[in-house]
Amino acid sequence: MAEVQIKPLTLNFGPQHPAAHGVLRLVLEMDGEIVERADPHIGLLHRGTEKLIEYKTYLQAVPYFDRLDYVAPMSQEHAYALAVEKLLGIEVPKRGQYIRVLYAELSRILNHILNITTFALDVGAMTPLLWGFEEREHLMEFYERACGARLHAAYFRPGGVHQDLPAGLLDDISHWAEQFPAVVDDMESLLTNNRIFKQRTVDIGVVTAEEAHNLGFTGPCIRASGQAWDLRKSQPYDVYDEMDFDIPVGKTGDCYARYLVRVEEIRQSLRIVKQCIENMPDGPVKTTDRKIAPPPRGEMKKSMEALIHHFKLYTEGYHVPAGETYTAVEAPKGEFGVYLVADGTNKPYRCKIRAPGFAFLSAMDFLSKGHMLADTVAIIGSLDIVFGEIDR
Amino acid sequence: MPRAEASQALKDLVDYISAQMDEALISVEWAGDEAVLRARPQSVLKVLRFLRDDSQCLFKNMVDLCGADYPEREQRLEVVYNLLSVSHNLRMRVKVTTDEETPVPSASALFASAEWNEREAWDMFGIFFSDHPDLRRILTDYGFEGHPMRKDFPLTGHVEVRYDDELKRVVYEPVKLTQDFRTFDFLSPWEGAQAVLPGDDKATEGEDAGAD
Repeated sequence: MAEVQIKPLTLNFGPQHPAAHGVLRLVLEMDGEIVERADPHIGLLHRGTEKLIEYKTYLQAVPYFDRLDYVAPMSQEHAYALAVEKLLGIEVPKRGQYIRVLYAELSRILNHILNITTFALDVGAMTPLLWGFEEREHLMEFYERACGARLHAAYFRPGGVHQDLPAGLLDDISHWAEQFPAVVDDMESLLTNNRIFKQRTVDIGVVTAEEAHNLGFTGPCIRASGQAWDLRKSQPYDVYDEMDFDIPVGKTGDCYARYLVRVEEIRQSLRIVKQCIENMPDGPVKTTDRKIAPPPRGEMKKSMEALIHHFKLYTEGYHVPAGETYTAVEAPKGEFGVYLVADGTNKPYRCKIRAPGFAFLSAMDFLSKGHMLADTVAIIGSLDIVFGEIDR
Repeated sequence: MPRAEASQALKDLVDYISAQMDEALISVEWAGDEAVLRARPQSVLKVLRFLRDDSQCLFKNMVDLCGADYPEREQRLEVVYNLLSVSHNLRMRVKVTTDEETPVPSASALFASAEWNEREAWDMFGIFFSDHPDLRRILTDYGFEGHPMRKDFPLTGHVEVRYDDELKRVVYEPVKLTQDFRTFDFLSPWEGAQAVLPGDDKATEGEDAGAD
């Protein structure tokens, strides 16, 4: 019988698929059930954030950052606020910095709960999702009490945070932090030694540290490959240099290692949260420079100058001296950077958003080559992809 | 000098790089405490390879590559490479300028992460990268025309889409704004950018005439 050349089957995965974590269209060239080439088509959620920011004042640009990675909104604002502060050359008061670190870590827990549980759902475990989302709900309540919104916070602003924490909130967070480790233990008891979960994740999508650097990986994905790299330690911002925490590092660089790193990061974040609550200083939460941060409402009722400051800040905004900076933070997913070019006006000239997920998704072809179709789902889940930040 | 703010390690490294890569670099600039190397477009790959492989640099992670548009310049487009050295805990920025026609050599052979970022720069700014394995549009719609991040591209775009119930498909139409697009000029003539006030030009004309 003559040999027949079989054309590889092209399979369209998405753009609406529950395991695609958003609107991902993945065009897979299959040889039987083996993936030969994966071509992700992105941009279905492209909203032109960078273009919009060029037409907004520095303050009006803040809410766009919530809508990037909507799983951990405050981490994105953090990068932007630090970039603007660097160009302005201002210092944030200690209490403002502590609140930011506290909420950045709560965001990290928020993100990792969602990622771990949906990842588990993708590979067949449903219960962690149900348990984890209850905790997410508690965390979003803390968000709401601090800033009034469960998701789109607009809380970290250039100069500090928008408002002080209400009375009793820190007590409630520390009470929650006491009981939360038990939930993580429960979640781990369902997954870490679960035979099915391990069969689906161990040795799937392996990246070495060298390859991970080449692919532009950062965050938990590079730590899972054995590289102890964390911007909170190596290039600390705000008060991270006063915090005592460890960086978990994986050994194998596969999907399972990425899961393990995230679980341990939850526990380390909890340590930082507790330290923040213990050492929370008193004082102002945002810079007292009235040319950058607005005066308190009460002062505006009495002082004409305060009223003028408020009016100018919310119409014209502040002018940022010409210059440029690339400022990055350790967002839950990896290095989230803002390349900000200021031209001396009240609007950014250019604001490039460096999203960690963009690099992860560009590695899909490399990671899924030679794996089964079902493994691509596990790989997408383990990379922690959110389309808000990839498509921007 | 802003250079004074930078760490000693970065200053030493920049001196070392500019000594080694003298003919490939146009200049070294400082943006606050961050170093910016301006490279010649034809030798940018040489600079990037040196930055990646040299034992004193080891910028193995290309964290970001993006475009920027400065229409008033002769070479209006700029490619910005942001590199990270995990071994030395340093960051470096490399810049290359180009215009709409001249291609920039693709860095995707050196850094795998450059591939998608270059596609994005092509999509958003129309910067052409030579020897790129797969230079397609990435973020915009299938069949999109124009390069939206350029400064002369309107914020509202040129076309809008809607579902046409008679044709039973999505149709593209020119943008119709129900309200005029609003921009406010907040630059006062007393501060910020230097605006020429009516009559000011006469004063400088007189000076020029006097100098002659």
